[in-house]
Amino acid sequence: MSTIEAKAGSSKRRLGDLVFANLTRSAGLLILLALAGVAIFLTVQGLPAFTAGPADLNGAANFAAYVWPLVFGTLLAAALALVIALPLAIGVALTVSHFAPRRIAVLIGYMVDLLAAVPSVVYGLWGGLFLGPRMVPMYDWLAAHASWIPFFAGPASTTGRTILTASVVLAIMVLPIITAISREIFAQTPRLNEEAALALGATRWEMIRLSVLPYARSGIVSAAMLGLGRALGETMAVAMVLSASGIVSFNLISSTNPSTIAANIALTFADATGLKVNALIASGLVLFVITFVVNFAARWIVSRGEVKA
Amino acid sequence: MNRTSLRHIAAPGVAALALGLAVSACGADNETSSSGSGSSALSGKLDGAGSSAQESAMDAWRAGFQKDNSDVTINYDPSGSGAGVEKFNADGVDFAGSDSALDAEKGEVDAAKKRCGADAIEVPNYVSPIAVVFNLEGVDKLNLSPKTMAAIFDGKVTTWDDAAIKADNPGAKLPSTKIDPVHRSDESGTTKNFTDYLEKAGEGAWSHPADKVWPIKSGEGANQTSGMISAVQGGKGTIGYADLSQVGDLKSASIKVGDAWVEPSAEGASKAVEASPLEEGRPANDMAVKIDRTTTTADAYPLMLTSYLIACPTYDKAKAELVKGFLTYVVSDQGQKDAADNAGSAPIPATFAVKAQKIVDSISAK
Repeated sequence: MSTIEAKAGSSKRRLGDLVFANLTRSAGLLILLALAGVAIFLTVQGLPAFTAGPADLNGAANFAAYVWPLVFGTLLAAALALVIALPLAIGVALTVSHFAPRRIAVLIGYMVDLLAAVPSVVYGLWGGLFLGPRMVPMYDWLAAHASWIPFFAGPASTTGRTILTASVVLAIMVLPIITAISREIFAQTPRLNEEAALALGATRWEMIRLSVLPYARSGIVSAAMLGLGRALGETMAVAMVLSASGIVSFNLISSTNPSTIAANIALTFADATGLKVNALIASGLVLFVITFVVNFAARWIVSRGEVKA
Repeated sequence: MNRTSLRHIAAPGVAALALGLAVSACGADNETSSSGSGSSALSGKLDGAGSSAQESAMDAWRAGFQKDNSDVTINYDPSGSGAGVEKFNADGVDFAGSDSALDAEKGEVDAAKKRCGADAIEVPNYVSPIAVVFNLEGVDKLNLSPKTMAAIFDGKVTTWDDAAIKADNPGAKLPSTKIDPVHRSDESGTTKNFTDYLEKAGEGAWSHPADKVWPIKSGEGANQTSGMISAVQGGKGTIGYADLSQVGDLKSASIKVGDAWVEPSAEGASKAVEASPLEEGRPANDMAVKIDRTTTTADAYPLMLTSYLIACPTYDKAKAELVKGFLTYVVSDQGQKDAADNAGSAPIPATFAVKAQKIVDSISAK
């Protein structure tokens, strides 16, 4: 923009600037307000649950005993989902950014993005009715041959509605987030680094290991953490797939599984009254805190990675 | 520049328009238009809340009643039995629907009395047989005594060829498939009635008190009746429980009543209610039934739940007529038939309907 133009419309432009600045500022403030509102609501409404008795906590002696199996289940399902999704997502992202021919890469990228557009209820239906029963033979095999590993102690579920199935569904749900971010970061690797590696005689895999992955490390971590956030909070898909009993168990293939916080709220809220509602809200507060901690941890890891690089 | 200022105006305008639409949409949703020719003198609005299991029956009654009384609007919020009773007792709604009778021990009877200023009315509005459904290859007919059933759901009997099941089914060919008992993972009146049955009729094989929450922390859990049905359908050797109207083409077990085996049926459930006494120590206009789970009446099917409508004996003048009219329709032959046709519920026994009608007749203006 030239100086003459700026002078001519200076008064109006200033008004526009002022309005725009205020609009963006209030948008930023609104987010803070919404977040504070949620936090205050969860705290105020959840507080009575901390002193609730066994009658309102499904028989648990206190709130900590009530919420612990749920926290365990939430973390287990999300961690499993991440373990499954992360290598897959990095593979897909590398295919798109470095391996596949341009046209196919665009197509694959588009397909992965489409996964994000599928509603979670649909994933729930698919996981419970289609995927679960088809995973039963694998569970039977694992129970028969690998039951010495605590994860596969069995007895195998006959419906396939296990925490492992739920994690596979979750993994597919977080895949697009992790893939999309990783893909962008892989594509930003400085061309010179890549060419230098190739010029030194590196194969394509070595080039990726030497130049792309180190460059993208912090980006991959933040992508994984965003995916983890989604997996932690996912409600409907887990509620529909998982056969939950509210226990603590590392057994991944039986029909007796720990529940997750979000799924538990969805399942029991409809018929809950009185202090039970407060207990559910308090468990929501716990999930809120967990998600916060995960996000802060991600920021910390990312910032540490940047300093190193 | 012009374009910018236009946008400044347009954006909030669009937002306001959208908000207005949303608000008016909400309003329209709650208050269905009440124009048309009314064949009765009744008019006004009635709000109810409660059991989500009653929703389909309630839809049938709302439609049936509003058809004859086109100036009347009846709203029902299926927020759950507990929430419905809580709202009723807090004077939030005019009537409540509940899967279980008001709980005297929890103070619900007293709270309802306080809200109404007199003993609250409680009348049964339908009964629903609970079927024990199973999915076992090669087995179409199954007999289960309450004791065996309790052992199965408690995880003590684990294979289908267990001696206890064989004893109930002499001559039947039972595979050695593992039993996978499925329970509801959400809170449910069906679970409460099922566990009540196992506790009272299970001859000591069931050690947990009746509860809306499944008391055992193991076994397969499924969300809502639909989840229960699909879990039983999708597994091998699965067994579960669900309202008879929802079981579809799943096979149901016959239960042992006295010395006979009884298949689940609406008539059987009605008979079991008829054979049961009313809860003791209740006000005269409270028809809470103490279901006799161990009845030996021929053809009775005591594994079922009874639903209730809860209302006040007095309202202000306009509302009293409305509540009376609606409840009269619900307990009438026509109302019971409408619910049976549309929601698959079983009608309340005739003797109960007569008594319920008398109680409803006593509703009066303050």
